[in-house]
Order: sequence, then structure tokens, then C-alpha cells
Amino acid sequence: MNTILSLRPEHSAAIPPSVSIGAPANPAARHMAWVATGGAIALAASLPWWGESSWMREFVEIACYLIFAMMWNLLAGYGGMVSIGQQAFFGIGGYAMLALGNLAGVNPFIAVPLGAIAAGVIAVPVSWVAFRLQGGYFAIGTWVIAEVFRLSFANLSVVGGGSGTSLTALRGISKATREGITYWTALACVVASIALVYLFLRSKRGLALLAIRDSEVAAESQGIDVRGMKLAVYVVAAIGAALAGALYFLGNLRISPDAAFSVNWTAFAIFMVVIGGIGRIEGPIVGAIMFWTLNKLFSDYGTWYLLGLGLMAIIVTIFFKQGLWGWAQQRYGWTLFPTQRRLGK
Amino acid sequence: MSAVLVQTHGLVARYGDAQALFGIDFELHAGELVAIIGANGAGKSTFLKALTGLVGVPRQTVRYADENIGGLRPGEIVRRGLTMVPEGRRLFPSLSVEENLLMGGFAQRPGPWSLVRLYALFPILKDKRRLPATQLSGGQQQMVAIGRALMSNPQVLLCDEISLGLAPIVIKEIYDAMPAITAEGMSVVIVEQDVSVAQRVSQRLYCFQEGRVALAGDSKALTREQISAAYFGD
Amino acid sequence: MVETLLQGVLLGSLYALFALGLSLMFGVMRLTNVAHGDLVVLGAFAAIAIATVLPWHPLAIGAALLVPGFGFGYALQRYLLNGTLGKDPLPSMVVTFGLSIVIQNALLQLFSADPRSLDAGALGIDSVQIGAGIALGTLPLLILIISLACTAALQLLFDRTALGRAFRAVSDDREIAELMGLDASKIYALATAIACALITLAGVLQGMRTTVSPSDGPLLLLFAFEAVIIGGMGSFWGTFVGALILGVVQQIGFHFDPGWGIWFGHLVFLAVLVVRPRGLFPRTH
Repeated sequence: MNTILSLRPEHSAAIPPSVSIGAPANPAARHMAWVATGGAIALAASLPWWGESSWMREFVEIACYLIFAMMWNLLAGYGGMVSIGQQAFFGIGGYAMLALGNLAGVNPFIAVPLGAIAAGVIAVPVSWVAFRLQGGYFAIGTWVIAEVFRLSFANLSVVGGGSGTSLTALRGISKATREGITYWTALACVVASIALVYLFLRSKRGLALLAIRDSEVAAESQGIDVRGMKLAVYVVAAIGAALAGALYFLGNLRISPDAAFSVNWTAFAIFMVVIGGIGRIEGPIVGAIMFWTLNKLFSDYGTWYLLGLGLMAIIVTIFFKQGLWGWAQQRYGWTLFPTQRRLGK
Repeated sequence: MSAVLVQTHGLVARYGDAQALFGIDFELHAGELVAIIGANGAGKSTFLKALTGLVGVPRQTVRYADENIGGLRPGEIVRRGLTMVPEGRRLFPSLSVEENLLMGGFAQRPGPWSLVRLYALFPILKDKRRLPATQLSGGQQQMVAIGRALMSNPQVLLCDEISLGLAPIVIKEIYDAMPAITAEGMSVVIVEQDVSVAQRVSQRLYCFQEGRVALAGDSKALTREQISAAYFGD
Repeated sequence: MVETLLQGVLLGSLYALFALGLSLMFGVMRLTNVAHGDLVVLGAFAAIAIATVLPWHPLAIGAALLVPGFGFGYALQRYLLNGTLGKDPLPSMVVTFGLSIVIQNALLQLFSADPRSLDAGALGIDSVQIGAGIALGTLPLLILIISLACTAALQLLFDRTALGRAFRAVSDDREIAELMGLDASKIYALATAIACALITLAGVLQGMRTTVSPSDGPLLLLFAFEAVIIGGMGSFWGTFVGALILGVVQQIGFHFDPGWGIWFGHLVFLAVLVVRPRGLFPRTH
């Protein structure tokens, strides 16, 4: 199997020829996989009628983690830009949604994607500053930018300043309806995000992105607009992060600068992606599920749990460079979303 | 013929993903100056890198002074007295000329070469010794690169394309310094683009072609037709 | 206004001690240590822990911790961080991020979230009169002197010694430096060792000057980083001046509103980044 995704040549040698589960190569089986996926989505969409409301709330939260991690993975694993500041757009998404809902009278459910787009627009001037830096310094620089947003919003009394405010625009809708529509919004966002990333990476642009990731200089000499691509990825990642943020505070109903712009979001994204494997489209999905499970089981242990997460990130990075899922993929040949083009056969 | 100092037998090596050398048999005797010529991509640089540890090869495929040194770390090979003037010079931009030369002496091998002696060999470097090394002209930078290698007091000096990008008169100046370098018995291998220069300065030469030795023999005895055939692989 | 400026300079001189280690590690091996600020906090808490059992003055404790700090940095680089270095900046970032979380939570577990400090005794209370009714604390002045000395020493080390040559060479071209016989992994370890000694010193002084709590690390990292960027890369004196500028800007911000100091610092950092991306005093090669 040819792996264009893999940065290190030893991967392509080690992956066994044609064992894959999920979305295999031959068209008939792939057709089946799409049908199965469609069925799963339909089943999930029907949840409000037969499931408990706590399930829906949990799903909304896990959806936020997942989308944020996917977008962080897009930026870092595919765009080659490691950022510790994506929480800036997460928070902007949340605040934009809330502002549109509370102050402009827009329906909050519609305000979610609008907030995401607003973040995408803001990402452009932010990139003018952030792109002055490279590599590790870029990462910390984005963190500073996120901090600037946090401190700035903490000074805006119209959205509650340092202590934050509540989403009032949803008052008047029954709890069941609100939770149901929030859940569907979350489901739609998850499906849209996965589809967006998947299609993007399979496209010509996606391949150009991988070329840039492997060698910017070589890509530039091939006529690829490196700067433009990086900006595009940065904006898309910002939109995605903001989508997650808007969704989160739609479900949470209350926002504050410390919650919205907390670096913990990026920390969690890093954990999820590192566990699941960076630069692999299913990495964040696997990572989100594992992270969620760990959360449920151990978060009561507070500092010990976080300490364990930190240790795990260190150990996985050093010993399982492709993430735990990536290791399993190499060992057992599993793939969920084949984004590699097959060269020749 | 003096003793064999460096020897490879059936040396194979990879460079990145591709195989670059397909079985090189090579010998260097003490006190000799041997030239390696060949087209771009023939594997000449990879060969030197294999000798000096920058490219990994199996232990027994490179022999130096009766020891198998294949795959050892470059530092260990330099300490044994085999060093290289790398392709493209690769001076340290953050260091001055003198500091670059001093770095060459990091391994602290005993021997005749010192800053004083180097400045006698290349006087222009003494004038410019405090300047950042990359501010010098191409030819002067090449002198620094050679001097840096000499500071490790090698027994065997490998020169990878030292004439690259230099004007003929500068190339002549550099090769005119060779006798002073080899006067005390240092053995030298040069990789050269310029065939006539290679023939002129060396006693024996090898012609590489696509990772193999296409021709080997006394430099003065080989004809242009022989070399041309080996070079281009007709 | 003059007082604000002077206080800013004194504040900045402590930031310089934070920043020197970061500059050193990034300069020599392009390593971005996300746990940098947490190591400073760790140093402070190490001193605090020792102070509970030994009745020494914090400065003495700090001096005693320099060698263990040096050793800790050496081991950290040699056995953990060296394995993360390479073309991809991600592994070192994730590992140091994980380290940051580990240190913060370990400290939380051991010391709880309450802010602590080191009792500097008279040193922390005394002040010196500087003309026109301006009094500057003796401790901050001492920090300024220590900071100046460390910057000078570090710059001298880099410019005039064989080790400094080795640092610069390995940072320029690791492969060729190894060709000269240099062992890059040991050189890297020495760099981090020196950085950690500086970090330990900085942590102890921070603990004397103000309070520390386990989650202070990230903010200190940002200050160190801003100082390095404002000052310009490639020069320790540049980092020193960048730190002073940051200190002054923050102090001016504090003067207007207690909540604005750090914010001002961030904004000036961003402004420098836009207008002079290479910093104010970059060393060109």
C-alpha cells in the first residue's frame, strides 16, 4: 500500500499489502461502507425520540472535542503548523454565536455556523501576525494571540467581562426541544467536519498540502502556492475550531473568557491527536473516543488523572510515534478512511 | 607500492530511499593522491560519505589502517585520522574563519598542522581570520574548508568537489597547495568534476558510472577515449 | 513616570533570567520547551521545600540548587528530549507539553494550589534611595545585577570559549559538526544543563520576589518568549534588552490598571512581531 500520508519511509514498508477494514478498495464493498455510514447517521439522528437527554448532552460535548481535535490535526498534521493557540478561535466562535444570539436577535442555532465564519474572517489578519513565526515559536506565538483575545474579551462588559454571561436567546424554548435541536446541530457539525476534511484531503489541494508538508521548498518549485495553501488551511482550521466553540457554548448556555480561551482545549486536542495518531484522518476520532472514555473513568482523580495524561502524551510520542491508532494500523493494517491515492495498481 | 591504507570491497550504500552504490572496489595506498571522476549522480559523494561515516554501511565493507570502520560515527572516524572536506564547503556561518579552523581541531589529534602553519599555507586567511567565514569569496571559503579538515591532522584527506563553482585560476591556486599538504605523507582522495585537473594532479584515478567503478588505472596512462567511454557509459 | 520606568527595568531583569534559558535552548538545538516556565516554578518549589527543613537563606538554597539544576537539565536533555529532536517540531513540543502538565499537577498534588513564597528576610524588605524620593528594593536591584552578570557570562561563553564555538557550530550544521568529532547529544545536554541552572536561579529569585503557585508556569513561558522575540534572536544581550522592554511596558500597563499590565506586554510583543519580525536587535549571520 502506498502511503503518501506517511512522513517516514519506514511506514510504507511495514504496512501489509491489502488488509483494511472499514472502507476497502473494491467498489462494491466501498458502496456498502457508504450505505452503512448513512444508516448509522440516520440512526443517530433519531436519538432524540428514543434516547435519554443525558446521552444527547454527552454527544454534544464529545462532538466539540472531536471537531476541535480534527481541526487541530488538520492544521498540525497536514498543514504542518503546530499551534497552541487554536483556542482563540474556539472562544471567538463561542462569543460570536452568543453575541449574535443575545445582542442581534439571531437564532442561536443559525448563529453557530455564522460564528464559525466570523472566526474564519478574523483568522486572516491574525495570520498576518502569526505567520511571522515558524515552528516552535509559531506555536507559542499563537498562544500569546489567544491570550490577547482572552484578556480583551475579559474587558468587554457588553458580553459580561471577566465573569462572562449567559446565552439568553434560547429562553422560551422548551428544554426537550432545545436539547434535541442542539443535538442535531452537533450531529450535523460532526458529519460536515469529517466530510469536509475527508474531501479536502482527497482533492488536488489535499495532495498539494501533503507536498508542502514534506518539503515547502520543493513544493514551491513545483508551482504550488505555499503561502496561499497555508493560509487556506489556517482559515479552515479556524472555522472548524470556532464551530466547535459555538456548539459548545450553545450546549453549555454560559460563557466566560477563561472557559472560552482556555489552553486546555488545545491540550486536550493534542492528547486526542497524539493518542489517535497525527496526520491520519481517523486519528482524532479514535483519540476523541479514547479520551472521552478516560475522562469518564478517571476524571474524578483530578490532578492524578491529568498527570497520567501528561505522562501518556510523553510515552506515546516517544514510543508510538504514529499514535496508538497509527501503531495499530501499521501492525494490523486497519484503515477507516483511505485518503491515499493508489499509484499504479 | 606502499601499504594499502583505505580499502573497500563490494561496497554498497543507499542514499535516502535509493541505492547509490552497487559494489565499489577501491584502494588507496599511503602517500597517494587518487582521483574519482564521474557524472553527476554517479555516486562519488555518497562513496566519500560512506568512508567518513555520514552514510551508514556494514562494518566490514570499509577498511582503514587494518581496521573495519564501516558505519562508525563520523567523530570516531575523524579521531582515527580520516577526514573530509565536504561538498559545498559547509562552513559554519556563525563562526569566523579562525573559529571554523579551530573547530576542525576539535578532535585534538596530534600532528604538524596548526593555525600558524595553515596561515603560512593560505596567507589570505590570516588577514581575514576574524571575518564571518561565509563572507569570504568562494575560493577563500574553499581554503577555509580545506584548512578546517587539515586541523584534525588526518592521515587520509577526502576532498569532495573542491573546485566546484570556482574560477580556473582559483582552482589552480588551490591545487598548487596540494604538494605542501601531502609533503609529509598524507594520502588524499579527490572527487573532481574537471577530468583534466583530476588526471593532472593524481597518480591513479577511478571513474564511477551509476554507482559502479567503470574504469580504474594510472592517471597518466588512461586515454581520453577510455575515460569518455567510462564516464558516459557507452 | 521615572519610577515606573525603573520598576519596569527591575521587573524586566527577572524576565531576562527566564528568557536566557529559552534563548539558549532554542539557539543551540531549535528546541521549543513548552515546559520552560514550569521548570522555573519547579525550581522555586524545590527551594521552598528545602526551606521547610533547612534554616538557610533562600539565596544560599538557590546557590546549592544550581548544581542539581544543572544535572537535572543534562539528564532531561540526554535521556528524554534528545530523542524528540529532528526536522519535525511536533514531538519535542508534545513531549514538553506533557512535561508541563506533569510538573504542574505533581506540584499541585504536593503543595496544593496556594501561592507560596520564599522568605528573603531583610533583603526582601530593604530598599535603596535613588535621588528624588524614589526608593528601589534591594532584592530587585540584586536581581538586576545577577541578571546582567548571567547575560554577560552567557554571551562570553558563546563568543569566546571552545564550548561556545561548539554550541554555535552544532546549531549551524549538526552533521558537519559531528564530522569534526563533536558529540551532538552531549553538547545538547550541556546546553540544557546550563539553561536549567539559569532556570533554577530564576525560580528561586521569583519565589523571593513574589509568590509562586503550581500553575504559574505557562505565563512565565510567555514572558520569556516575548522577551526573546522582542529582543531579537541570536544574541543574549538582545534577549536581555527585550526583557527589559517587556518589563517596562508591563509596568506602564500596571500603572494605568492592575489588569492591563500583561495585556500591554502581549500587545507590544505583537506590534514588534508585525513591524520588526526579526526583533529589535537580531544578530545577523
